[in-house]
Amino acid sequence: MKKAIALISGGLDSMLAAKVVQEQGVHVEGLNFYTGFCVEGHTHAIRKKRQVKPRRNNALWVAEQLGIKLHIIDVAEEYKDIVLNPKHGYGQNLNPCLDCKIFMVDRARTWGVAERDFDFIVTGEVIGQRPKSQRKETMPLIARESGADDLLLRPLCARNLAPTRPEREGWVDRDALYGFHGRNRKPQMALAESFGFSDYAQPAGGCCFLTDAQYASKLADLWDARGARDYELDDIMLLKVGRHIRPARHYKLIVGREEGENRYLEGYRNRFLHLRTAGFPGPLALIDGAPGPRDVTLAARILARYSRGRTLPRVDVSAHHVNGVVELLNVEPLPPTELPAAWHV
Amino acid sequence: MSPRQTGANVARGGRQQLDVRGLLCPLPVIRTQERVESLSTGTLLDILATDPGVLQDIPAWCRVHGHGLVATARDDTCIRITIEVCET
Repeated sequence: MKKAIALISGGLDSMLAAKVVQEQGVHVEGLNFYTGFCVEGHTHAIRKKRQVKPRRNNALWVAEQLGIKLHIIDVAEEYKDIVLNPKHGYGQNLNPCLDCKIFMVDRARTWGVAERDFDFIVTGEVIGQRPKSQRKETMPLIARESGADDLLLRPLCARNLAPTRPEREGWVDRDALYGFHGRNRKPQMALAESFGFSDYAQPAGGCCFLTDAQYASKLADLWDARGARDYELDDIMLLKVGRHIRPARHYKLIVGREEGENRYLEGYRNRFLHLRTAGFPGPLALIDGAPGPRDVTLAARILARYSRGRTLPRVDVSAHHVNGVVELLNVEPLPPTELPAAWHV
Repeated sequence: MSPRQTGANVARGGRQQLDVRGLLCPLPVIRTQERVESLSTGTLLDILATDPGVLQDIPAWCRVHGHGLVATARDDTCIRITIEVCET
């Protein structure tokens, strides 16, 4: 029996692609990459309002539906180079979709074909589905630059492409593959129905935070403020959380917006100067950067503006320095008119 | 693949602990997967976590890989999930 390794994002297309190959008697296992920018998981855990929804990892859920093993690989560190130096550039925001796809297919090839006994690689790509990475001219480029060459099978659009080795050698029947193209989702939905799949994830903006304009803006701000295009995993995690307010280039506040975010930020408080309101509930604010005393007072006024004491003339705020010193401040909450929109990252 | 509800079998493979407190899903699943790769069949692994997502994700991961879910427990500060490494 031939063996295929399928990239599983948790969305419908990769689920269908794996299923189509499975239906041809091929043994399929799934591969899912953790880049640090995945919408999966973290956001569900952080934001309280999302916790009312059933929490699930869609890639694992897809694997269960298909009855296949799913291997989740942490590529966050090596993925940095893709984000920072994309050979093929960015999409609409900071999404290096084409380089990302090449990287993932390459990793699937290495992990599955070179290091294990898988015969070919399966993806859910559809020509015309995505403006940056899924175009007629990018399909051969991805195959070539990933090193997968003709071991890369796209079952959903294979009939629009030259036959790959799995097709030529009869490992799969090309006639039982598909010729989907464009952004129309109806063919995929019909195929899902034919397989009896009624519940599947339909991520509107993709599965990556880098496609999100607001997130990309925060990442660009981080690079600008630090004077270097680099990041650590904690940096990109914190960009997913809270209001980011930058009164000056040398520091910014990260203010929790609700209980779940405050709880998440608590995990970082020992590594940052952080502020809390005293005497009544309020958000937690981390200060990233190197603020001076006046900056800390302004940050306290901003925090007070987001606390329940926002209408009071003065509010007590405690500033907890990284060296353990706690400074007590009594400040006037900053009126909304004095908080420029440009400070919101 | 349905989960294998197994009893403790300490004698076969021993018992180990994995601390993934502070990590958010899917990292606890990834760390579990990495640890299990080095363990022999029958080993019990106690996973300590804080992200409630593990209550869904680790049992799901066990189901797709054929490992056993032995027990889950939760208190105010920590979630403990015990799995048994099975032949897959």
